[in-house]
Amino acid sequence: MIYLDNSATTQPFLGVLDTYTQTAERFYANPSSIHSLGGEAERLLEASRQRALSLLGVEEGTFLFTSGGTESNNLAIKGTALMHMSRGKHMITTKIEHPSVLESFQALESFGFEITYLDVDEYGRVKPEEVEQALREDTTLVSIMSVNNELGTVQPIEKIAEVLRPYPKLYFHVDHIQGYGKIDIPFEKTKVDLCSISGHKIHGLKGTGALYKRDHVHLFPLHHGGGQEKDLRPGTENLPGVVAFTKAMRMIEETKTEKRFTLHEHRDYVYNELEKMDGITVNSPKDGAPHIVNFSMPGYKPEVVIHALSERDIYISTKSACSSRAPDKSAVLEACRVKEEIATSALRVSLSYSTTMDELQSFLEALKEVRDSLIKTSEV
Amino acid sequence: MQFDHILIRFGEMALKGKNRKHFERQLLENVQYRLKHFKKVIVKKTRGRMYVLLNGEDPHKVMEACQQVFGIYSLSFAIHTENDLESLKEAVLSAVSVEENAKTFKISAKRADKSFPLNSKELNPALGGHILKNKDEMSVDVHHPDVELKVEIRHEGAYVTSKDYRGAGGLPIGSTGKSMIMLSGGIDSPVAGYLTMKRGVEIEAVHFHSPPYTSERAKQKVLDLTRELSKYGKRIKVHIVPFTEIQQKIHRDLPDSYGMTIMRRMMLRITERIAKREGALAITTGESLGQVASQTMESMNTINEVTNYPVIRPLATMDKLEIIDIAEKINTYDISIRPYEDCCTIFVPKEPKTKPNREKTVAIEQSVDFSEDIEKALASIETVQIDGENSSEEKGSFSELF
Repeated sequence: MIYLDNSATTQPFLGVLDTYTQTAERFYANPSSIHSLGGEAERLLEASRQRALSLLGVEEGTFLFTSGGTESNNLAIKGTALMHMSRGKHMITTKIEHPSVLESFQALESFGFEITYLDVDEYGRVKPEEVEQALREDTTLVSIMSVNNELGTVQPIEKIAEVLRPYPKLYFHVDHIQGYGKIDIPFEKTKVDLCSISGHKIHGLKGTGALYKRDHVHLFPLHHGGGQEKDLRPGTENLPGVVAFTKAMRMIEETKTEKRFTLHEHRDYVYNELEKMDGITVNSPKDGAPHIVNFSMPGYKPEVVIHALSERDIYISTKSACSSRAPDKSAVLEACRVKEEIATSALRVSLSYSTTMDELQSFLEALKEVRDSLIKTSEV
Repeated sequence: MQFDHILIRFGEMALKGKNRKHFERQLLENVQYRLKHFKKVIVKKTRGRMYVLLNGEDPHKVMEACQQVFGIYSLSFAIHTENDLESLKEAVLSAVSVEENAKTFKISAKRADKSFPLNSKELNPALGGHILKNKDEMSVDVHHPDVELKVEIRHEGAYVTSKDYRGAGGLPIGSTGKSMIMLSGGIDSPVAGYLTMKRGVEIEAVHFHSPPYTSERAKQKVLDLTRELSKYGKRIKVHIVPFTEIQQKIHRDLPDSYGMTIMRRMMLRITERIAKREGALAITTGESLGQVASQTMESMNTINEVTNYPVIRPLATMDKLEIIDIAEKINTYDISIRPYEDCCTIFVPKEPKTKPNREKTVAIEQSVDFSEDIEKALASIETVQIDGENSSEEKGSFSELF
């Protein structure tokens, strides 16, 4: 099996699974219970929080543990919108965000919020100066992803943060779900107020994730309940999930340090080989994230290519899994203003740190076979 | 050329006559301890000054750490150069270039090493001229400069510094003796501990633990508070005194209205005994006049009767809001407001005596003999060492999970 769909989800690290079962077995008490078993669970929860902060490289702020990326993004966006609507109802994002961001903003529009969706260039890049131009007196939030999930485009987060630094009341949210564990952002000195991370994209478990929040940030909760997570995310804490998530953070950080070079090398290899192949256009920018290569095979229905490859036990994807149910056209590529036949035939290969050169070679050979054996479904 | 040093100035302790040597040695030790995780830095002491050689460590992180050390009056980033004019010129130019927004500057040169060929009056124009020549947009303003470059020619070389950063003030911890702080877990006592430490006092903490009336979490809270305090100094010992039996006996055998006053007297007696054992010459409390029943002038007078050790009460004259401000600044507030019962909030009588007097209290107290209970409590003290640097001993038991 060759699994090249790591941007959709990853295989959990064995160490993460171990931690999950151990924690579930030993620390099953409710951290809010006042007896000493509860106290122990609470200490483990807080120890995880501290650990997560230092793994992100920050001293200030806190981690709100959530059920994953979608919840973190919703909490950051709607939480800011509701908390600060008396001050302003304008927010800024880009046209190529993840559906959990775009749909949140669209939901807010139906309540009278005004959203600016920034344009991107042909590779999906946002210009920091355009962020600045879009700012208004009543802007309360700017939300921009660090790495685009379809293209792997890396946004200039540090530069945007610098542009926003003179506006302390405005929050900057970074959807770091595809970026965490792959690219470096020096959070300690970057004005990022909110940051979403997902567990299952970093070899953790589904249903785990976090929203990092600086101390000065005030949010309105999405749920109300028994006061957990400082009232911002009530509900009995998923302690085994939280600890497993923290462990995944540690393991991905270590893996990154150890294998960062190999991952870049592998990605460059696929990128260059695909560029050389007839009938294929590479859509990802050359300087994109080290794990995503998006390409199009004009004339071929992406779904058909995927099925043909999976018959050979090779797994890649069209666009992002989260919007795969919509027709084949990629909204991200559309925003990049590429040709129709490119936007409707996009495929995505996403690597992990354990992807090998052999696997990539087999994939490229299989892709050539598929290209040569399939009959085009439409003419270009 | 880059800032490669941090210059540390001592302020008031430089005045302290014969103690000065002792103070400086203590400060050196404390700075070294605080910076021990910055493996590459070297801390040096010269007469009346201290320097941190950065050797490539993040200057701002090291600066932040130094700013938490008591006994430092102010700090500056500095460039160290040879005592010759050309190196000095280069140094002032790079120092002024760091200040991006500055339009005007002033040079204040001092020549402690009189063998240097130019005197300070000659140095100012020589160095200033070099900046003017190389920086078109800069001009001299001797009255209100955007940046003042201080140049000091000393025997060991010259130092160029610009902006002053404020130090934590106070005196180096350990230079003025040791005090036992009574830590309940509330907002006030950690602040009292911090302020005591600021005056150079090393502290040890005493906490009265009354299981099952108070929980493990109340105890943990005190350990967490101590950890925050230990960031300003070194290790802090916490003496946890089992207090259940004494509290029960007071509640059972003595009139309710005097329970609180007598409990405090017991605590103070026990603390004095621990102080004696540990070589501390004073006791610190977080009492603030008039805050609660136990802190009226009458209560203090009656409670204080049991010890002739000095009781340091840094908060005696402070308002609650002033205390909270400090608690927030030193990161103890959020820990203090965790909602667990402590030994002071259990067995609270409906109507505690707010104006007890000594004679009546002594008479009531003497009707029951506590001496054995006190000995027993003293014999079963649990002592924990807290070190702010390698935080939390409990991580030991969880570390296999991470």
